[in-house]
Amino acid sequence: MTVWLNIILQGVLIGGLYAMFAAGLSLIFGVMRLVNIAHGDLIVLAAYLALVVTQTIGIDPLVSLLLVVPLMALIGYALQRGLLNFTLGDDILPPLLVTFGLSIIIQNGLLELFTADSRKLITGPIEVQTVQIAEGIWIGALPLIQFLVAIAVIAGLQTLFYKSALGRAFRATSDDQSVAQLMGLDTRHVFGMAMALSLAVVGVAGVFLAIRANFDPAIGPARLIFGFEAVIIGGLGSLWGTLAGGVILGVSQAIGAQIDPGWQLLAGHLVFLAILAVRPEGLFPKVAG
Amino acid sequence: MTRVEHATTSSRIGLILIVLATLVLAAAPAWADRLTLRLLAEVFTFLTLASLWNLLAGYAGLVSVGQQAYVGLGGYLLFALTTFGGVHPIAAILLAGPLAALVSIPVASLIFRLRGAYFAIGTWVVAEVFRLLASQLSALGGGSGISLPAPIILAIAPTRSLREFEIYWLALGLTVIVLAALFILLRSRHGLALTAIRDNEVAAQSGGIDVGRLKFVVYLLTAGGTGMIGSLIFLMKLRISPDTAFSVNDWTAFVIFITVIGGVGRIEGPVVGTVIFFVLRQTLADLGSMYLIMMGAVAIGVMLCAPKGLWGLVAERYGWQALPLQRKLVISAET
Amino acid sequence: MSEPLLEVDSIDAFYGDFHALAGVSLRVGAGQVVAVIGANGAGKSTLLRSMSGLMHPRRGAIRFEGANISRMPAFDVVKAGVAMVPEGRRLFPSLSVEENLLIGAQSRRAGPWTLTRVYELFPVLAERRHLPATALSGGQQQMAAIGRALMANPTLLLCDEISLGLAPIILREIYARLSEIVREGISVIAVEQDIVQALRAASYVYCLQEGRVALQGRAAQLTRADISAAYFGV
Repeated sequence: MTVWLNIILQGVLIGGLYAMFAAGLSLIFGVMRLVNIAHGDLIVLAAYLALVVTQTIGIDPLVSLLLVVPLMALIGYALQRGLLNFTLGDDILPPLLVTFGLSIIIQNGLLELFTADSRKLITGPIEVQTVQIAEGIWIGALPLIQFLVAIAVIAGLQTLFYKSALGRAFRATSDDQSVAQLMGLDTRHVFGMAMALSLAVVGVAGVFLAIRANFDPAIGPARLIFGFEAVIIGGLGSLWGTLAGGVILGVSQAIGAQIDPGWQLLAGHLVFLAILAVRPEGLFPKVAG
Repeated sequence: MTRVEHATTSSRIGLILIVLATLVLAAAPAWADRLTLRLLAEVFTFLTLASLWNLLAGYAGLVSVGQQAYVGLGGYLLFALTTFGGVHPIAAILLAGPLAALVSIPVASLIFRLRGAYFAIGTWVVAEVFRLLASQLSALGGGSGISLPAPIILAIAPTRSLREFEIYWLALGLTVIVLAALFILLRSRHGLALTAIRDNEVAAQSGGIDVGRLKFVVYLLTAGGTGMIGSLIFLMKLRISPDTAFSVNDWTAFVIFITVIGGVGRIEGPVVGTVIFFVLRQTLADLGSMYLIMMGAVAIGVMLCAPKGLWGLVAERYGWQALPLQRKLVISAET
Repeated sequence: MSEPLLEVDSIDAFYGDFHALAGVSLRVGAGQVVAVIGANGAGKSTLLRSMSGLMHPRRGAIRFEGANISRMPAFDVVKAGVAMVPEGRRLFPSLSVEENLLIGAQSRRAGPWTLTRVYELFPVLAERRHLPATALSGGQQQMAAIGRALMANPTLLLCDEISLGLAPIILREIYARLSEIVREGISVIAVEQDIVQALRAASYVYCLQEGRVALQGRAAQLTRADISAAYFGV
């Protein structure tokens, strides 16, 4: 019994990481109806950034967040204004194909720079520390921290979206670009800020990914898929729904892995397809896709 | 009296050139060496894959980054049918088409619930599921893959040169069939419906076109064609594994880049794109990831500056078409 | 008129190949109300879109307070002092009434118009401030759209067919408020299909027909016959 409880708890905690993968994706889709196919590869890019930063400056990976997050935000703003703004429009092909091309470029660029070797960031004793929350139930300190950070990130995004002037600008621009401009909003800048925010979240996700697991240039697409599945399971337009979606995905994978290690990923995909079959709008939808 | 005119001077020239080229290519075993034959066969498979992807994305508006699902499925069907079903490899290839189309029916019913870019990622998930399922099939090599048994290879033809010729002609033949089928489809009223959907889906729907059904049918046909080519590809490779069968780079990235650079939404686009792709690959040699980076950058550049591709640029400028597909209304006064 | 507040100098506007405006000239002075009338498709909205910066004329120039704003993007035009009440209201559905008003102040221009003042002008909005904008009636939405434009503290207000879909009694109330706004010194260009209301509110009238100015003059001096002829192109 406690074995299963532990398994499910692991799944819940990694669900937080998946929710962080998804949050940035969801934000961009909400504001500019853009799905960034390179999203997963940008998470991996952030992980490698953390690697470089920790190796050159010699700081603890968790501290590297202070550098990686702003750097990723800057990259996001530049990417949006320099490239992605030019793909936006009625045709769905350009943003899809440009971000797909970007995905291939980032993957292979990282491959050229860092080779295909697997890497991992070491943080020290906190990695193996565990916390006992009940009789026979132990959870890792790091996964717990990461889950709490995920909740904080989502709560932060919700507050920003619904209580701040920037959030107002996001919602107005996503409603009606022309009229937003009539109000004095430079939509190019608004989209740039949205991408900057999205990649800031990606930065957090990337650092935690780097600490938690082995990473190499090729694992980007799988992160994109996990994020995407979390969004669809949870329902479009709801950030807390995305957290729920991430948790469901994580738990499915954990249960699948327990049955047979080769079934870990498959279990997650099958749960996703099942939800797509019986409740395509997701579990807690706010908007139509 | 009105009638619809399809041909233009350029299409008449184009048709003649295509027939000539096909004849020359059919005679290739006589004038080409083994390496060239293999290369040509590879060119044909990419041309077909790109043309099928073009039909899906450029005409039906369904952008898929998961067609590798059917390439791999076709490959595994070949190995399964020949090894366990005792089917002749060439028959297996022809069977793989309809079987892949059958598999695509439940897939479509699921992923058609997604739209736009989310549909694209959905196709990717499906390909991943296929890959993971294939890794679980220990009878077909599991995660490390399996080679085609010698008796099956010999069943194609007794000598190696004959085998090479047969596979070459099969590749050429399948390409001609798929492209001919594409041409017939685009020339028919369904083709007209597809161009309407591409231009304005809502208007097409209100004009009486059953958009959902047409997209579904196109998805099925594309899956079938892709499956067939997939089984041919792995007959040529003689070995299959989940990673090679369902490789995003080989079967989706290159295919998409080819179509984008050549020109999405026109039947000539993939031809131009495939030629450019292979010329670049041969001249630049295999630079591995650098090559992919370059192709990615070029594709992005083309998408931003010339979204209709290189052929699209030329065709719009000069009004050319290689095949008689345009629809021009000719009104003549006749008593 | 001394130096006009806004001067449209013989502009040509196109949608692709379609020639929407040809040689249109117009002037508005400080504190003046100008009406632009015409049938559907005459080019009235195109004219306003060109003035607001959503479109740019291919030929000719638009000058506001002396400066050439012909190529200025819309978000800079509103910062210069020209605010638009768009056709069909077009409030932001994802925002509440108050948030719609607040976003009107995005351009952060200094001036007398604040949330409090807008609520004084339209008390019914204050009662519904936290409701989603879509929960308002047509007339209330029109008030909110005007309030949103006022939050930008403009010197010139562009009103695109604010009479559309409104009951006459509501319309009269809105135009009454409009005259209060004008008394504070804001100029208005009102595009209308409702000629009666436009002539009552404006001091000067332009009539557009198929992209050209077919008639212009003081509202008081134009006859019904003149206007019919120009409106319908008879």
